[in-house]
Order: sequence, then C-alpha cells, then structure tokens
Amino acid sequence: MMYDRILIRYGEISTKGRNRNKFIDKLRKSVRKAIEEFPNAVIQADRDRMYVLLNGEDGIQVSDRLKKVFGIQSFSPAIKVEKDIEKMKQAALALVNDLFSEGKTFKITGKRSDKFFELDTNGINHEFGGYLLNRISGLKVDVRNPDINLQIEVREEAAYLSAETIRGAAGLPVGSSGKAMLMLSGGIDSPVAGYLSMKRGVEVEAVHFASPPFTSERAKQKVIDLTQKLAEVSGQMVLHIIPFTEIQQTIHKQVPANYTMTTTRRLMLRITDRIRERNGGLAIITGESLGQVASQTLESMYAINEVTSTPILRPLITMDKTDIMDIAAKIDTLEISNLPYEDCCTVFVPSSPKTKPKLEKVQHFESYFDFEPLIEKAVNDTETIIVKPGMGQQLEEDLF
Amino acid sequence: MIYFDNSATTKPFTEVLESFMKVSSSYFGNPSSLHQVGGQAEKLLSQAHAQIAKILGVKTSEIVFTSGGTEGNNLAIKGIAMEHRGRGKHIITTEIEHDSVRNSVKQLEELGFEVTYIPVTKDGRVNPADIERAIRHDTILVSVIHINNEVGSVQPIQEIGTLLKDFPKIYFHVDHVQGVGKLPLDFYRYGIDLCTISGHKFHGLKGTGALFVKDGVRISSLLSGGGQEGKRRNGTENVAGMVAMAKALRMSEDLRKQKVDQLRQILGTIKSGLKQIPEATIHTPETNEAPHILNFSLKGIKAEVFVHALEQEGIYVSTTSACSSKRNAPSKTLIAMGVSTDQAESAIRISLSYENTLQEAERAVKAIQNSVKRLREVMK
Ligand SMILES: Cc1ncc(COP(=O)(O)O)c(C=O)c1O
Repeated sequence: MMYDRILIRYGEISTKGRNRNKFIDKLRKSVRKAIEEFPNAVIQADRDRMYVLLNGEDGIQVSDRLKKVFGIQSFSPAIKVEKDIEKMKQAALALVNDLFSEGKTFKITGKRSDKFFELDTNGINHEFGGYLLNRISGLKVDVRNPDINLQIEVREEAAYLSAETIRGAAGLPVGSSGKAMLMLSGGIDSPVAGYLSMKRGVEVEAVHFASPPFTSERAKQKVIDLTQKLAEVSGQMVLHIIPFTEIQQTIHKQVPANYTMTTTRRLMLRITDRIRERNGGLAIITGESLGQVASQTLESMYAINEVTSTPILRPLITMDKTDIMDIAAKIDTLEISNLPYEDCCTVFVPSSPKTKPKLEKVQHFESYFDFEPLIEKAVNDTETIIVKPGMGQQLEEDLF
Repeated sequence: MIYFDNSATTKPFTEVLESFMKVSSSYFGNPSSLHQVGGQAEKLLSQAHAQIAKILGVKTSEIVFTSGGTEGNNLAIKGIAMEHRGRGKHIITTEIEHDSVRNSVKQLEELGFEVTYIPVTKDGRVNPADIERAIRHDTILVSVIHINNEVGSVQPIQEIGTLLKDFPKIYFHVDHVQGVGKLPLDFYRYGIDLCTISGHKFHGLKGTGALFVKDGVRISSLLSGGGQEGKRRNGTENVAGMVAMAKALRMSEDLRKQKVDQLRQILGTIKSGLKQIPEATIHTPETNEAPHILNFSLKGIKAEVFVHALEQEGIYVSTTSACSSKRNAPSKTLIAMGVSTDQAESAIRISLSYENTLQEAERAVKAIQNSVKRLREVMK
C-alpha cells in the first residue's frame, strides 16, 4: 500500500456553523484516541477536512480503527502530490498498478477546487484516463460500475489521489452533545441504547444496580465487560454501581407483589437522577422499547417517569427486538449480554407484574414508607469505577 | 546442550510454567461451577480467550481451546465435514500436510468423502491455480498447511484465501502450527475460516492448543459433552494450560517482533556452513522459506546415524518430523517435492527457536562438518 495519508470527510459537523471548531476539536480527540497505537501518525485538521498522515504506520490498520469513530462521514486512503501533471500521472500509474489485476475496470473522477489549475474536470478525466489506458495493458474503462474509481482532486495546496471511499460510522463526535447517565442492566438493550446515544455525541456514564447475594459477582463482572465494550468507542467510561439489596428487600416487604416492579423502577430512576445531578449530567438514557416487557408499556412509563422531570432518552423506543439484536451483535455486546447470570431485575420479578399500573396506586403504596434515607445511603455507598478498553479484569497481572 | 528440534516441541518458558503452577494450585475451580472458586477460574479462562484473540487479531468468541494441533486439525476438518456433508462431500488439501490433516481426510474418505491432494513444486509449494482448478460444485473445505513442518516451505495462504473469496460456500482451514510466532497471518484479510495453533510449539505446554473458528462458521463437535467452548469443544477446560498458552503466545510474539531477523541470520549461518560440505543437499527452498526450519540430506549417510552422531556432541536435531522419525519412513513432503527416496531417507531437520544463538549455530556447523568427515571414512 503506497498511501501516505488518510483523508477524512466530516459528517454533519460541517453544517454546524458556530460550533464547528468545537466539533472538529472533539473529533480530533476521538481520532487521536482511536489510533493511539500508532504513535507516528499525525492528525491535521482544517475546516472541511481532516488528514491522518501515516508516516509509515499501517494504513489498513489505521483505517480499521477509523471505521468506528463517530463524526466521520467517509474516508479515503490517499496520496498527496505536487500539482504537476507529470508527477500526478506517475502517482496515478503507481496507484492503479497496485490495485489492478487481470480483467479489472476503472474510471477517473476528477475534481478541482483550484480554478486556476490548467485542466478542468473533463480535462483531468481525459488526460489521466488516456495515460493509464496506454500504460496498463488489459485495463478497461467502465464509467458505470468500475472496480477501481481513481479520484483525482486538485485543491489549492496540492493534488490528492485516492481510489477508495470507505463509509464512516457517521453521527457526531463523542462528547459534543453533553453528558447523560445510562441505566445499564446486563441485558441486550441498554448497551445498544448507550451506543446509539454516543453516536449522537453524548458522553455517557453508566449506572448499574447490584443486589448481592441475589445477584452474583459474575453479573457485576458482566456489566463491567459491557462497559468496557462501550468504552472502546469513547476511550473510557465511568461506571457507577449502586448497592440495591436493602431497597429491594424493603420494596418486597412494603409494596403489594404486583406493584413491586413499578416501585423498583421508580426508585432506580430517583437514584439515577441523584447520580446524574452529582456528576453534571443533563439526561438519563434507558434501553426501553415500547411494549417489550411489563415495565415498558406506556402506562408503566407514565407511572415510573413521574418521579423526575429530567429528560429521559429512549433511543430504542420504537425499535424491534431483532433490530436491536443486530446492533448488539455489531458492537460486540450481544455475546456478553447473552451470558445467563441473574441481574437484580430478574431475581425479584413478581410472577404477574402489572402491565397497566396506576400512578395513584403506586403513590399510595409508597406513601407508607419513607424511602429517602435508603436512597441517600445507596447513593453515598455507590462504587464508581473508570473502565478503560482492554483493561484486564485481572486477578493477577503476571499470570498473563 | 544445543536444542535444534523446536519444530518437534519447544521447552516451556519458565514464566509459562509459573503461571501454570499458580493457576493449578490457586485457581483450580471448574469454570462451570457457580461459586466464587468457579467464577475465578472462568474469569481466567475468558481472559486467556481474550488475550489469544487479541494477539491473533480476531474476536474472543472465535477462539476454541483444544488439546493441541492434532485435535485442532481434526476438529476443523471433521467438524466441517460432518456439519456440512449435506451440501457436498469434496475436500481439497495438499500432499505436504501434517499427518493429523492427512489422516483426518483419509478417515473421511472411508466415510464416502472425496479428497483431492494438490501436488507441490520442487520448492515445496502449492500453486494456487491448481487449487482453483480442483474446486467442484460439491467442494466444502480447502485445508492447507501454512509452514510445512518438514522442510519449512511457506504456502501462499493469502493467494489461496483471496481466490476462495469467490467461493463463499467453501471453508478455508489453515494449519498454522509451525507458523504462529514466526510468520503471522492476517486471518480476516486472507479469508481464513478456521486456523489451528498448538501451545507446545511456542514454549507453552503439551496438551494445549486453539482453533480459530470464524463467527458464523458452524462445526460439529468431535466429543459430546457439557457444552463448553460454545458447544464446540466439550470437556472441563484446561484453565491452567490455557492461561499458560496465552502467556507463551504473548512472549513469543514479543520475541518475534524483536528477533525474527536474528533467527533468519542464525539459520543462514547454518545454511552457509552446510553449503561447504560436498555431500550436503539443502531441501529447504531459497525463497518463501520459514525463518526457523532447515532440511538437508548428507549423501551416503543415514539420517538416523547422523542424528546420533550429533547427539554425541550434545546437539539435538531430528530426521524430518518427530512422528515419522520413529517409523523410519521417508518424508512425504520430500517425496512430494520430487526428492529421490535415497535422499529423502537421509534427510535431517534443524529447527530453531528464539532461544537459540549465533554461537550455537557456529558450534553446530563445526560439529556437523567434523561428523561428516568422520562418518565419510566409516561409510566408504
Ligand atoms: C504442522 C503441524 N501440524 C500439526 C501438528 C500437531 O500438533 P500437536 O503435536 O500439538 O498435536 C504438528 C506438530 O507435530 C505440526 O508440525
């Protein structure tokens, strides 16, 4: 591979007017983090393009990392050459030779933003097309469906040659939209909800409820593993683990069985809101999908949501389970989510939870007991860990 | 002692043994047990999966732990054959495979499968075009060794994988047992579906190995049981062995990055020394050769005699592969390369590891030259 740089085209951020610099800066940070392993690569950003100068680093590996970075519309491995037709021709020949094998077709897509360049778009296509046809025997033109689409772009400062456009992950750079708390169970949905929020630029902190001994150490580990997967997108992720046993046992005692689920959710939301407040978040994210389970009917959401006026983001609300699972598989969380450990929601699930709980009833049941001290205690005893990708949950480092 | 038989097996690294001891004694639990003791063992096992996957550049779910190269090759070949036999019963492999591949497909022939054996050139390499020509509508598997264990020829895995991309229903298995830690493969880019490695060939322990099975590729298991390793390899997992293998792989990869050129240099020194012996013929090709294997014959000197002669000097080499050396059969690889039976019967293999030094190579060259001189007189 003879490419010396990768040209990155911005996603929606190009349209973001005044905030543009902030977005570019966030994107630059995301790219930096994604290609951390390649110390020689240098990032150059300008208003409408970003370049990763490879300086000898492996272009294919760097491309692989870039595919996952939010805020990139598309990118192309490219070569920079002087705006000299002879030099450009040599580079074009070398590039196409590299990609050519018997029977392959090509076309040239010329582009020129430098209006003073001696050839116009048609001229570029003609001149370079003819040159390559003369020099590579067996090469044929196909303008509709070429195997090789050689793009020659002449800009003010230089000409850029590339032959591939790779789709990026799109979305907005992580952290460009503020912070929110993700209610992370061990299930399939919540990691996907977190991922989609990050895709829109949200900085996510995860909140998990643990009820030992009803939930095991492995269930907690599973959540750490899920957080780690999500952290691959953002570089790192904060995880708050809330001790929930006492509250759950209390709910069990105080509230009729068919309403325990509703109260449990309400208390989880209150606690998460407290954690959000302490950490400067502006919203709460859940993996709810309408009608999927008893707690996810509109009646349930109405009864649960009442405890807070903080915006609740539900990225999956209208999605089907199969579509959610497809995304989970794509982001590598499905396999972890499918591990069979009990989480705190599955242990205490009553045999017949209300699918249409009434707000007045749940308020009435809760009015017999003051949960506030327990909430305060849970928030204070929260264990907060910073999870980084690849961070071994290692028992003993030197075993490996 | 100069140990030059590393393709037969390697000496486990001390650090690897330490891990094995520690895990065996402190984390002896069964990963399937629900309690903490089991939980810790499971954690170690999944960490071993993750580390090996990361080094090989694949996903954790794609690594199936096995008992070694033989099992990995059997599982890949028979697992694919049994699972997909409804679609076709034709398998393509080469004439220079390790016995664990060769005899696996032989066994399948008895069950009604048809096998095409692709020949090699005199350089011990298959021609990808021959593989393409052998493909039929009912072909389900192509199995090719990466580095041949007898002569060290490197097969065109990337080219074969690339041409097989046009045949998405044919699975591609690679026996990477001699290649791992020496010549890495990019599994995804080369279109590999299954790939075998074996722990004891890179300073891990015997009885440890792994099979890469690409996501979405279904295989039947050979052993029925409790559903371990994603139901692909049943039986209580060898946690200590796998942790040890993960460490051995990490250390070997570190060494490869620093020392593979040095390894070639050491092998080159021996090769130059051999070239000065008129009786010597080198069978290892000059191009596309492994950095650690050298195969040669000494005209008129029986391989077995020469192995013992060098042993007297404290140098340990082998007659072709370890398994065939006891049977005294000529190397099938050499025969496939068109080497005469006479020559094949006198073939000697030197195989290095990163622990070998240039000094050892120089000493060995002298010892070889002297032994030849001595034996020349006796054998006349
Ligand atoms: C190329 C090759 N494949 C497979 C094997 C078998 O491996 P194991 O000894 O781990 O069963 C060996 C080693 O003998 C080998 O060299």
